[in-house]
Amino acid sequence: MRPFGYAAPATVDQAVGLLEAEGSEALAGGTDLLSLLKDDVERVDRLVALRGVPGLSGIELDGGMLRVGAMTTLQELRDDDGAIAALPALAVAIDGVASPQLRAMGTVGGDLLQRPRCWYYRRGFGLLALAADGRSMVADGDNRYHAIFPEGEARFVNPSSLAPLLVALGAEAVVHGPAGERRLPVEALYRAPQAAGERENTLAPGELLVGVEANVEGSRSAVYEVRQRRALDWPLMAAAVSLTGSGPRTERARIVLGHAAPVPHVATAAADVLSGQELTPETVAAAANAAVEGARPMSGNRYKVQLARTAVRRALGRAAGMEI
Amino acid sequence: MTDDAKRSGLSRRSFLRGGAAGALSGGLAAGLLTGEAAGAAAATDAEAPDTVGPGPVEIELEVNGATRRLAVEPRVTLLDGLRDRLDVTGPKRVCDRGTCGACTVLEDGRPIYACSRLMIESAGRSITTVEGLGSPDAMHDVQQAFVENDAQQCGYCTPGFVVATAALLARHPAPSEQEIEAGLGGNLCRCGTYKGIRAVVEGAGGGGVSGG
Repeated sequence: MRPFGYAAPATVDQAVGLLEAEGSEALAGGTDLLSLLKDDVERVDRLVALRGVPGLSGIELDGGMLRVGAMTTLQELRDDDGAIAALPALAVAIDGVASPQLRAMGTVGGDLLQRPRCWYYRRGFGLLALAADGRSMVADGDNRYHAIFPEGEARFVNPSSLAPLLVALGAEAVVHGPAGERRLPVEALYRAPQAAGERENTLAPGELLVGVEANVEGSRSAVYEVRQRRALDWPLMAAAVSLTGSGPRTERARIVLGHAAPVPHVATAAADVLSGQELTPETVAAAANAAVEGARPMSGNRYKVQLARTAVRRALGRAAGMEI
Repeated sequence: MTDDAKRSGLSRRSFLRGGAAGALSGGLAAGLLTGEAAGAAAATDAEAPDTVGPGPVEIELEVNGATRRLAVEPRVTLLDGLRDRLDVTGPKRVCDRGTCGACTVLEDGRPIYACSRLMIESAGRSITTVEGLGSPDAMHDVQQAFVENDAQQCGYCTPGFVVATAALLARHPAPSEQEIEAGLGGNLCRCGTYKGIRAVVEGAGGGGVSGG
């Protein structure tokens, strides 16, 4: 690693002040950032250590509202019986980070804001991985794990384990910055960059994700991941669903794909198919097909379209408590 | 956050800078995500902390029960600091990217990848490596069980696996099949000694092995 400075703020405000300076990066669990620094993919002048900042770590279940501090480790959240009982799908999403060491070190905020796993990005070719002649290295190259919903030249996938579920629940991200606090839907944390140097998240310099809040009451939710390896790897595809409505009919559905697009992919058409409908093998199959409408797979990832259908179908089955 | 974590946060801060720790006394849970805790703390501690490094920084941490004091650059990982500076070479540097588990150590009792933690982040904390579990003359139950079950071949992954196994058994003294896979999913063995390692952990159900 190149040399860098290190500051350990005692408050969120101090952290924000330090992060405003150019070349400063927040250090959470470090499991992603340190690898990027070792590989010289990212460079920093100073790391702002969040580990000792009070107020950034903790879990609260207040009525149906689950609040989790950004520096809460994945294992702390997994071990919180109240949170898991209120939102069982959380266990599936966390267990998908399939290494106890990563769960012990990795944080909720770090999971949400980890950088993409695209191997062109990780080799230093940038998030868009454009060759000198402007052609996409991803489209021309090995894209087996890349997006089936690319946005412009952004062809990497959002790697977060928690984001699909949180987006399906309509969770909010709480962000502190130089101008104070702002809240935004978790999906608004993400964007597909379109120019070199643009990031895949929407945080401004000095802004810090301090936590997330989700209403976990009144809906049935589930996560299903399709995996190549059961340990130490990201899933190939994931679907998270959240269903509201009493009785057999679904009033409102939210269906979100992970590892499918540069951002958590909200499958609106699939959700519309289920609106006002009973979950049956037929309606679920129709939703699964609608979830991949508009998919534009590349040379090596056509298989992920079928994985997406399967993930949606099985996540819906889990949420409804039925084998589909 | 647990009381434990709060404590280590405090001691860690004082180990780094001689204590600007007063701000930590504010309530944590009540202010979570509401800005109250942050605001209250800021009022009592408005001064921004010093940036240390990139040169060496004095830190203190506990390694296998002994207090160690050394000066490390912030960029030095816990793994490199243990091996190169403190001559604690049990944790192995294999992938150095948090994807193999050979560097697994316990930090305040929790299994972590030492390659993916800056040593300065472990200041004020307690580190246990495979050397801290037991010695060749007085082996830890898990170490003894690895020997008895021939659970190693080339041996590079073994120190990490032993520490991860001890951590698993501390949480689950008689782990289920699923708990074994989840608990050891963060370690790889390229020789394929999984059968022996599984025998170690399954033997634990009989009471012969404990995580302690």
